[in-house]
Amino acid sequence: MTSTNADLPLKHVPGHIKHDGHNLTGFIIFLCSESIIFLAFFVGYALLKITSPEWLPEGVEGLETRMPLINTVILVSSSFVAYFAEVYLHKKNLWGFRAMWLLTMAMGSYFVYGQYVEWSELAFSLSSGVFGGTFYLLTGFHGLHVITGILLMGLMLARSFSPNNYDKGEMGVTAVSLFWHFVDVIWIILYVLIYVWQRTS
Amino acid sequence: MTSTKYDPRVLKAPHPVPGAPDNWKRFLSFNTDAKVIGIQYIGLSLFFLLVGGLLAMVMRGELITPPADLVDPSVYNGLYTMHGTVMLFLFLFPVLNGFNNLLIPTMIGAPDMAFPKLNAAAFWLVPVFAVVLLSSFFIPGGPASSGWWSYPPVSIQNPLGHLINGEFLWILAVAISGVSSIMGAINFVTTIIRMRAPGMGFFKMPVFVWTAWAAQTLQLIGLPALTGGAIMLLFDLSFGTSFFRPEGGGDPVLYQHFFWFYSHPAVYVMVLPVFGIFSEVITVYSRKPLFGYKFVALASFIITFLGLIVWVHHMFYTGTPQWMRNLVMITTMLIAVPTGVKVFAWLGTLWGAKIRLTTPMLFVLGGLVNFIFGGITGVMLGTVPIDIHVGNTYFVVAHFHYIIFNTIGFGIFAGIYHWFPKFTGRMYYEGLGKIHFTLTFIGATLNWLPLHWAGLYGMPRRVASYDPEFALWNVIASIGAFMLGVASIPFILNIVSSWARGAKAPANPWRAIGLEWLLPSPPPAENFEDDIPTVISEPYGYGLGKPLVEDEEFYVRRSMEA
Ligand code: HEM
Ligand SMILES: [Cu+2]
Repeated sequence: MTSTNADLPLKHVPGHIKHDGHNLTGFIIFLCSESIIFLAFFVGYALLKITSPEWLPEGVEGLETRMPLINTVILVSSSFVAYFAEVYLHKKNLWGFRAMWLLTMAMGSYFVYGQYVEWSELAFSLSSGVFGGTFYLLTGFHGLHVITGILLMGLMLARSFSPNNYDKGEMGVTAVSLFWHFVDVIWIILYVLIYVWQRTS
Repeated sequence: MTSTKYDPRVLKAPHPVPGAPDNWKRFLSFNTDAKVIGIQYIGLSLFFLLVGGLLAMVMRGELITPPADLVDPSVYNGLYTMHGTVMLFLFLFPVLNGFNNLLIPTMIGAPDMAFPKLNAAAFWLVPVFAVVLLSSFFIPGGPASSGWWSYPPVSIQNPLGHLINGEFLWILAVAISGVSSIMGAINFVTTIIRMRAPGMGFFKMPVFVWTAWAAQTLQLIGLPALTGGAIMLLFDLSFGTSFFRPEGGGDPVLYQHFFWFYSHPAVYVMVLPVFGIFSEVITVYSRKPLFGYKFVALASFIITFLGLIVWVHHMFYTGTPQWMRNLVMITTMLIAVPTGVKVFAWLGTLWGAKIRLTTPMLFVLGGLVNFIFGGITGVMLGTVPIDIHVGNTYFVVAHFHYIIFNTIGFGIFAGIYHWFPKFTGRMYYEGLGKIHFTLTFIGATLNWLPLHWAGLYGMPRRVASYDPEFALWNVIASIGAFMLGVASIPFILNIVSSWARGAKAPANPWRAIGLEWLLPSPPPAENFEDDIPTVISEPYGYGLGKPLVEDEEFYVRRSMEA
């Protein structure tokens, strides 16, 4: 449980106090702020798509949706796996946590791999008009976040091996899995915007 | 409980003295004490005020005669771009973050910021992006020259074809500045939400804390949008995309939306804390409670909200459809309401008060007059037909300098004088302060008042030469600008000499009410350490005779004996 302490622990606590609750507050504020970069990209994407006189570059029919759909399913399910990892951690089942956490990382890595395969098979590039630019910008920026998430999970996994580290639950794990859910939600919006919404008038 | 508090050992506790001149080396180090960081921010930003001011004086020197004779017109483009960027990103944001660092923890009774290391890192990014930005003067092609807006298509021209060009460095610098500001904003907001002293509910917070909170919320919402736009601009400039290039299906006006979605709120990021400073200073020197405190506090967040939906008033003449222009004209007018609430609260506080005209109070009163004036020209500019007429003329330049220098700059000077004794432990020289104020007020008025006329008669901004019919206004403005340059001499003299050998400041020289004044001057590293007072009254209880905190006598005695 996070403590509900607007004005709790300051009295009579000397020195620099380590406030776990503060860290989570700060991290949530950061995520809200970060989501606005994506919001800006999404709005920009939608506006460009609606107004652009020539959306698809010559010789490009549209995007293949099957592979990305599989990728989507894997990424979205990994969020649930991450959730179970947290549940195990709360139950002090460290090995359960590690297994689930590693599975999440594997699924995330597969997503990145799938993205890589898709990119390498595309017939257009970053400089193929606004279509190419927005596609690579959005998926690439999101991909960077996925990679960051995997690295952070690796860090948390390593920390789980130092003794007594996770005795009282671990704020870092909560924060990273929040980050992971965030990356997931962003992907769902992105998938709808880029892959589902293909037809332009 | 109470008896242990009067334990003489507690009263005699030795305190390290941050800010004392004999200890100046700490200001050059990676220090995590918010009070050291605050002074670092303010010191560095004042240096960049001089840099930006120097650029401005070269521009005003050029504009003293109609033809472009002092500097080449293309150099002039670089000058105004860098002037605006330096003043905003290297002077105004850092100096206000300096105040945030000094005042937020001490005003809410926290020992430090929520994330001291992040705080120090945010500060040290400032010199980094300063170097990135200013190094562009020394590369082929010179610095960015498309104005602080950096509108495409002008900004994404790269005539020399180098990867590292002025515009590239400009975007990089703005990006680093954005990262630093976000780190700061997360810190300030978390600190305010979670580290207030016992008893300090939201409606017991000083107005400065409210305004800082509202302003930092705007940073958190607005900056990411600018970052998004800047990333796209960088790609267009360097990697061949066409987000803002019409020839590849892109839209240059989209950039303007990104830019102003942040940069209109950015003006409130700067002015809100200054409203906070106004509220603190006016109450102290008129010795009356702040009229309508709760409304003043809440108005900050109303401004935050409205500030997010008016950005299109900067785009009235760039192809914005009429329905959107009308809508934004209305929201722009609405901002005058919460702003007006504040102005009337200050006037109501001043009404019938016995006013002490110290240097900070003079700066606040001068700033208040200027703000009313700049607010009126702002409302004029928010009116579509007027703006289409005077947009991109010197009228706009005059409007925003009335706000940005004559209000915000004045507020910053007021804040520096007002809290100088608290955080340096020394008194400043009142006489020099008054000379500084007089020169600044006259210089600023001469500089920007005439430019309203120049603008109304149609003098376009951002051009090195002009029609001789505008000569008179420009000569007066240039004289004012040089006067402002001269005004920095008494200021620097005052700060340096009083810090080195001014009289030792008592804990509460202005008989002010507020947690920061219950600390010794300068406050010890951890502020109240392990004895944080419990707040029991609203702030600004001047003349009401109620104690601000439980056991106030104890804290007063401790602050004097440290
Ligand atoms: C009080 C209400 C205010 C209103 C209604 C207002 C309105 C406007 C409008 C409509 C413009 C656009 C003019 C144009 O480009 O043609 C403008 C420009 C500007 N205003 Fe204000 N303003 C207000 C207050 C402020 C404040 C508080 C600040 C700064 C803290 C500020 C800073 C600026 C700046 C920097 C610009 C010029 C940007 C540029 O073109 O480079 N204004 N204002
Ligand atoms: Cu504006």
